[in-house]
Amino acid sequence: MTDEKTVKPNAPAQSGEVRREKKRKIRGVKRTAFAMPYLALSVIFVVVPLFIMLYYAFTDLDGGFTLDNFAHFFSRPNIMAVMGKSFLVALLTTVVCFLLAYPLALALSSTALNKKFILVMLFIMPMWINSLLRTYAMKIVLHILSVSNAWTAVTVGLVYDFFPFMLLPLYSALSGMDKSLIEASQDLGASPVKTLFKVKLPLSLPGIVSGVLMVFMPTVSTFAISDILGDTSTYLFGNVIDQWFRNSGGWHIGSAYSFILLALIAVTVVIANKLTKGKKEVGGVL
Amino acid sequence: MKKQVKTALIWSFVIVMLFIMYVPILILIIYSFTDAKALGVWNGFSFELYKNLFTDSEIMGALGNSLILAAVSATLATVLGTAAAVGIYYMKRRKKSASEFVANITMENAEIVTGVAFMMFFLAVNIHYGWAALIIAHTIITVPYVILSVTPKLSQINPNLYEAGLDLGASPVGSMLKVVVPQLIPGMLSGFIMAFTLSLDDFIVSKFINGGVETIPIYLYNALAKRGADPTLRALSSVLFVAVLSVLIALNVVSAKRRKKAVV
Repeated sequence: MTDEKTVKPNAPAQSGEVRREKKRKIRGVKRTAFAMPYLALSVIFVVVPLFIMLYYAFTDLDGGFTLDNFAHFFSRPNIMAVMGKSFLVALLTTVVCFLLAYPLALALSSTALNKKFILVMLFIMPMWINSLLRTYAMKIVLHILSVSNAWTAVTVGLVYDFFPFMLLPLYSALSGMDKSLIEASQDLGASPVKTLFKVKLPLSLPGIVSGVLMVFMPTVSTFAISDILGDTSTYLFGNVIDQWFRNSGGWHIGSAYSFILLALIAVTVVIANKLTKGKKEVGGVL
Repeated sequence: MKKQVKTALIWSFVIVMLFIMYVPILILIIYSFTDAKALGVWNGFSFELYKNLFTDSEIMGALGNSLILAAVSATLATVLGTAAAVGIYYMKRRKKSASEFVANITMENAEIVTGVAFMMFFLAVNIHYGWAALIIAHTIITVPYVILSVTPKLSQINPNLYEAGLDLGASPVGSMLKVVVPQLIPGMLSGFIMAFTLSLDDFIVSKFINGGVETIPIYLYNALAKRGADPTLRALSSVLFVAVLSVLIALNVVSAKRRKKAVV
């Protein structure tokens, strides 16, 4: 309450300089204080749970310190193979999404389509539909086409589910690009192919990086899509973690596995940030 | 001439891609009008599945739960997120990047890791799995998206207005509510819509902490993961597809009209 009084214009006369200084300080504190409720809740509900997970990862069932939970991962070739496969599937999904989405983003941002927003919207809209529903729709199609290979089914389903997440950042990057640079490249005699590789691709790098992240990260940790489209042979790393957490005896090993996944994600994010450092992001992500 | 060929090629490519994108959805909707148990079998036209859907109390209950959960958590997330966006926007560099780091954790972390961390935390602090856990978790994971939609609006408003409110005798909270918030409403609204949708959509985090409370995605996952899914799911999925797509189209038409009006 006293704070309030000092900032009122009719507050007792003080030396102007001092008063202004004080006023700014009070206001500075007050305004940033609005972030405190969320930040405090975040610490309680986001940071503390990670430390609890850390505790589980480094203890055994009796609560004693151990490194066995991590050793468990590195001593089992079949689990490492699951991890490897998850990465390969995620990588394959990301590459296929990119190869399909980049030409489409080029087409949608080309003058031929005159940036028809409605078309872009139609491609992006499925993003808002629950991925389980889209997976189910894909399951019916795969069934009609009698695709019997479980890995093919899972990969096709993943590409179908995550395609819009690749397209949107690519489209934002390409449509926000300075057109005069492309004209300059053409005026200087570059072929369309050369313009694509020397001008458009490098300039859309931030979009590519965020598209890759938005597809790769969820695919590497998914378990539902492989549950629905695949069988027991298509276990992904997410399925392994999910299995460990189905009964409380597995929480210690499951926590260690979660940290291994977390570490991989952190490395990916750091690499992505390095790649786009100093380049301004064109357009938002969502 | 050459240009026309190019345009035609681009158009056909785009249309083929659209076709691939929407055909699975169309097929699902078509097969929702037949009551065959097996996938991809046409058993004659019938509304049987829809009749089953609207009389299924489990599905209707899950739908109600989903909507209540989304409304409550999105409201909380909008309040917390708007306040946080304002606070973080005016922070100095060091504090700002620390706060942004905290807000980024749940966005960048794998959802399954967020989910299991919540599960172990709620057990440790004795919060029962179910409604309380779901509301807390959904609020926390959607706040960062509200911050993302409010922050751009903050850079458009005059920072002196808040100070003017204080000079005219308003308390910091009063000045915030009466001067700053009204200008942030468009950003808050899109933040709310995003939080609402994300909450409706989430099942990875919910799956670990729902404690028997069934939401639509949880119901879908449980039904789909079982072999030989219930054919009623086809009707449910079709209804959800059509509902989501019509809401999106309506929102876009409204905003397009508003944009046009603004130009005129």
